[in-house]
Amino acid sequence: MKNLFHQLDKAFENKIRLGTMSVLLVNTEASFNDLKDLLEVTDGNLASHLKHLEKEEYISVRKSFINRKPNTVYTITEKGKLAFEKHLNALEEILKQR
Amino acid sequence: MKNTDTYLAEIKEIRQMMEQSSRFLSLSGLSGILVGLYALIGAFIAYRMIHFPLPSSYQKIFPSQIISNLVVLGSVVLILSLATVLWLTYRKTKSSGKKFWNPGSRLMSIHLTIPLVSGGILILVFASRGIFSIVSPSCLVFYGLALVNAAKFTRQEIFYMGLIQIALGILAAIFPGLGLFFWAIGFGVIHIIYGTIMYFRYEQKPKSA
Repeated sequence: MKNLFHQLDKAFENKIRLGTMSVLLVNTEASFNDLKDLLEVTDGNLASHLKHLEKEEYISVRKSFINRKPNTVYTITEKGKLAFEKHLNALEEILKQR
Repeated sequence: MKNTDTYLAEIKEIRQMMEQSSRFLSLSGLSGILVGLYALIGAFIAYRMIHFPLPSSYQKIFPSQIISNLVVLGSVVLILSLATVLWLTYRKTKSSGKKFWNPGSRLMSIHLTIPLVSGGILILVFASRGIFSIVSPSCLVFYGLALVNAAKFTRQEIFYMGLIQIALGILAAIFPGLGLFFWAIGFGVIHIIYGTIMYFRYEQKPKSA
């Protein structure tokens, strides 16, 4: 049992990060505003969590401009996909053991 | 310390996010029933126009006038249907506290619109050359293709409704005299049946809880 808890990824211990990874796993990409609408969080809060995921190299960022407004698009990386799947499997195992 | 309930909640959250971000599930079943009714009424009026063009009036009816009347009738049914779907769906998203315009509804709209608009343009081009036999089969086939295409981003039932519409469209092409009949079945009867199924499956609150 203890071993299983070790498999949970610290990076996903937060609801916003968990939500972000879920959205990016099923969609090829999502913009900052898409994520903000879906997760119903404030700009600053979301930005700091995204930065964290970016630092872990779980997501990659592409910046562009639409009508001179900055548009930031996020995609999941291969590393992020693997890490998130491992996290989900660990969650499942923990629940099964009960 | 986290317990299993927290983990359960997390998994629920993950599922919900995955679904909400890629599928639009708030399409109103009730609007399907209404759209079906409009289509049936429209088809009935069209039938009267074609086969019994106002016997009481003295003015001579030209075929071109019937056609322009039919175009007006078709446009009215289309606009009324679109408005009903948008309005009832908007109401449904509002009452369930969801967003009307989210990544899910955007994906669904895009995939619905591409076959629909290309089909619509094609039909208008052929109709303007006087080839009217293409109208009913093409309406059904392109609408069916649009539904099959958009089903990935909404409920799976829509996929089967699309297949039925395509089949009806092909039948309408095989039996040219029955175009209006198949059109009424596809846009009228099928919409009413599907709207009813969706309404009872997803919109009725289960009474025994």
